[in-house]
Amino acid sequence: MQRIGVFVCHCGSNIAATVDVKKVVEMMKKEPGVCHAEDYPYMCSEAGQMKILEAVKEHHLTGVVVCSCSPRMHEATFRKAAERAGLNPYMVEIANIREHCSWIHKDMEEATEKAVILARAAVAKVNLNTPLQAGESRVTKRALVIGGGIAGIQTAIDIADAGYEVDIVEKTPSIGGRMSQLDKTFPTLDCSACILTPKMVEAAAHEKINIYTYSEVDKVTGFVGDFTVDIRKKARSVNSDKCTGCGVCQEKCPSKKSLNEFNRGLNTRSAIYTPFAQAIPNVPVIDRDACIKFKTGKCGVCEKVCQAGAIDYAQQDEIITEKYGAIVVATGFDTIKLDNYDEYAYNQSKDVITSLELERIMNAAGPTKGHLERLSDGKAPKEMVFIQCVGSRCSDNRGKSYCSKICCMYTAKHAMLIRDKYPDVNVTVFYIDVRTPGKNFDEFYRRAVEEYGVNYVKGQVGKVAPLPNGKLLVQGSDLLDNKQILKEADMVVLATAIEPEASVRKIATMLTASIDTNNFLTEAHPKLRPVESPTAGVFLSGVCQGPKDIPETVAQAGAAAVKAIGLLAKDKLTTNPCTAKPDELLCNGCSQCANVCPYGAITYLDKEVNDHGIRETRRIAQVNSALCQGCGACTVTCPSGAMDLQGFSNRQIIAEVDAICR
Amino acid sequence: MQELVTRAKELLKDGTVTRVLGWKNGDLSYNPEPAFFETEEALSDFVYNGFCGANLSKYMIEASKKEGKTLVFLKPCDSYSFNQLLKEHRVDREKAYIIGVGCKGKLDIEAIKKQGIKGIETIKGAEMTDACDTLEISTIYGDKTVSYDDVMLSRCYSCKGKEHVIFDEQMLESRDTATKGRFDEVEAIEKMSPEEKFEFFRKELSKCIRCNACRNVCPACSCRKCVFDSNKFDSAQKANVDTFQENMFHIIRAFHVAGRCTDCGECSRVCPQGIPLHLFNRKFIKDINEFYGDYVAGEDIDAEAPLTHFEFTDREPNEERG
Repeated sequence: MQRIGVFVCHCGSNIAATVDVKKVVEMMKKEPGVCHAEDYPYMCSEAGQMKILEAVKEHHLTGVVVCSCSPRMHEATFRKAAERAGLNPYMVEIANIREHCSWIHKDMEEATEKAVILARAAVAKVNLNTPLQAGESRVTKRALVIGGGIAGIQTAIDIADAGYEVDIVEKTPSIGGRMSQLDKTFPTLDCSACILTPKMVEAAAHEKINIYTYSEVDKVTGFVGDFTVDIRKKARSVNSDKCTGCGVCQEKCPSKKSLNEFNRGLNTRSAIYTPFAQAIPNVPVIDRDACIKFKTGKCGVCEKVCQAGAIDYAQQDEIITEKYGAIVVATGFDTIKLDNYDEYAYNQSKDVITSLELERIMNAAGPTKGHLERLSDGKAPKEMVFIQCVGSRCSDNRGKSYCSKICCMYTAKHAMLIRDKYPDVNVTVFYIDVRTPGKNFDEFYRRAVEEYGVNYVKGQVGKVAPLPNGKLLVQGSDLLDNKQILKEADMVVLATAIEPEASVRKIATMLTASIDTNNFLTEAHPKLRPVESPTAGVFLSGVCQGPKDIPETVAQAGAAAVKAIGLLAKDKLTTNPCTAKPDELLCNGCSQCANVCPYGAITYLDKEVNDHGIRETRRIAQVNSALCQGCGACTVTCPSGAMDLQGFSNRQIIAEVDAICR
Repeated sequence: MQELVTRAKELLKDGTVTRVLGWKNGDLSYNPEPAFFETEEALSDFVYNGFCGANLSKYMIEASKKEGKTLVFLKPCDSYSFNQLLKEHRVDREKAYIIGVGCKGKLDIEAIKKQGIKGIETIKGAEMTDACDTLEISTIYGDKTVSYDDVMLSRCYSCKGKEHVIFDEQMLESRDTATKGRFDEVEAIEKMSPEEKFEFFRKELSKCIRCNACRNVCPACSCRKCVFDSNKFDSAQKANVDTFQENMFHIIRAFHVAGRCTDCGECSRVCPQGIPLHLFNRKFIKDINEFYGDYVAGEDIDAEAPLTHFEFTDREPNEERG
């Protein structure tokens, strides 16, 4: 039988205002195994912890229950306190009577009853606790950054500057990401490429950074400090070591009908291509679906014209296996598909475009060489309409419930740039709200209105209809003037909502990192640990975590780097002793636990056992405690209950449930 | 049947196998029981007829530990159970010589009795050589006849098929007996209101006497030590405490065999109280099929089991069922 002390925290008034803590103390004194119970305003304070230390000594306690906030907040604190008192830290259990009780209840009587029940469950569990010993694991001093956009580049540079090796895995043929597609950046209007390409070059030239472009993460195993990752280097069909990047192959390639992804499909590219002029590496890839050589076996023009002899049609995908201590996800975003928004005629008219497409049109390297023109007939527009919140802040299921955050500012930027360069073009912006929190942001928006004469209309657009004369009829409402607006426009630009890059789901699953309903990666804590995933050793950089503009992305990228560096700087990590352990006499050897184990921690061994005098060789599960993360999937799969989780044993959990149901 | 005995004797004699696992007559003409035969002489007790419903695959767990090979007769549905046990490393393929025997549907003595036939002395027409369309039953009240197809085990009306999924050789002809959809019964229950379902299962399970026959016969319930017999957990005592927890025994059992149950129907066949226990398992099978695509446990030893295998295309728990 344990000798248990129960310590009930008031958390100031956080708990005590809703839970009668004295009552909880009185009730706990009657519980089996409890030989001491007291309350204190702040258990986590030094004085509070001293109460635990003193009680352990005075009452010879063997177990401790702290009724306080979430274990995620202070479990470590109280485990350390118990350790100082000479107890095994795993003899401490937390009854969460704050988040799970006082904060969500109003009625004191009910909340007190629930607090008593939660405390009772914790006491029942501690009665079955056994001391556990934490082990150690090593840290591989190398980081993986998934995604080579500005977020990934910045994180990689920061980690590499601290002296650690970094690999960037980028699925497209070049690093640069979305930022490389942008023309100008708000609120300073400096050229995106001019500030991005030096960063790309810096990353590429950094002796500690290794870049895998046209590559994807195939498989991730292991755990914090010791991940093993398979990287698939897709066949480029071009030997990177030989290629000089002269570009002749691209000029001579006869297959030029493929949609240019970099220009958002607004023009075409050759089958052998580099996405853009400043691409890093400046080595083209062959799009095998478009290449005549791959489709028919005839052609081979690029091979003939290549002076360097770099074309390699036989190249195969290559799998590179590497170990990492930390992984940073920087997979970025894409704009949503507009299939649910037929009313804006995006699929019917070439002159209805997304803002990202406008970026390409405005860019000197874009499909129109930077001239603002209608894609249908090449004419210069005179009337332009911008529609805000297309798919953002959506109350039905067609779009996204969240605000995409960047659209108000880039729309102001677009409007301003057009009015500056083409003063004869009228620009109208339909908006729900204009959101400009950020340094110099509101000033920027006001300049668009006051200096550049952009016509902002508060109201939404109901319909965009292509007219026989080639123009677009925009039907909207002006909520401030309370009137309907019918406007003929030459071009309509949709501020399309952004969403996490589709591949993030697969990556999150491989990393066992959680994602929310919008596919944004979740943080370990939304306020206090915003760049860490709940999965240890996985960090978040850029829009994969939530909508952000460039300065925020760069700031977060640096923060993610710091967290990764903090991990890589350690030589050893303390492992969680709450790992699975098989009861060899109960194990059937059926392999179901090994099948469900996401960490590959379970193997089987033919082992001689002595089962109550019967000696026989049996197939028995073995757990590698270094790999086991204590998720418990095996314990619930095991039909005979042979697999148990230390610290969360089946008996402990049933005892808790029994205590709650008592 | 005689050819089975002849073949078994040959295999014993030439040393291919050291024992035979089959059926022998019980006390009554309609309750044959599983039996091991170690010698050619012993095989004179061997029997295989319409009443040999018993699935022999589970006995192969113990047989796998013995010296030498065991000749085992598996009906088509039993072969799924054997395969599943093989997948779970519970039986040793090298220790088994499998003769896949044909099946013309197995008889349910309770169904015969329900036809008002009492005082049964002998039953004719249930041999594998018979056409299996009419049973001639002599009773102490005189001779009766009954249609074979009216008195089969309920599982035979929704038979998975008469193909053996594993065998070394095959003997005897089969006969198609499926007349109903496999999930008809489950669908009927799904249509009930929650209250009706609760009432239905409480009523059925209230008959349970916890004889453990369902568990003991079940090829999926093959744990060395059942959680309900173990003192390592508190479940054993719990289930004895009140009737509701008693009922939970069957629910827990259904969860333990979910994704592994081959739907052999032995649980319902052996239940002395006539509880349709297979319904729980079949509901799980139906749900698994709907969630993860059609899957038949034991059909393919290399197939990934849906409940212990993950794919990126797997439906998320929060997604609506299609």
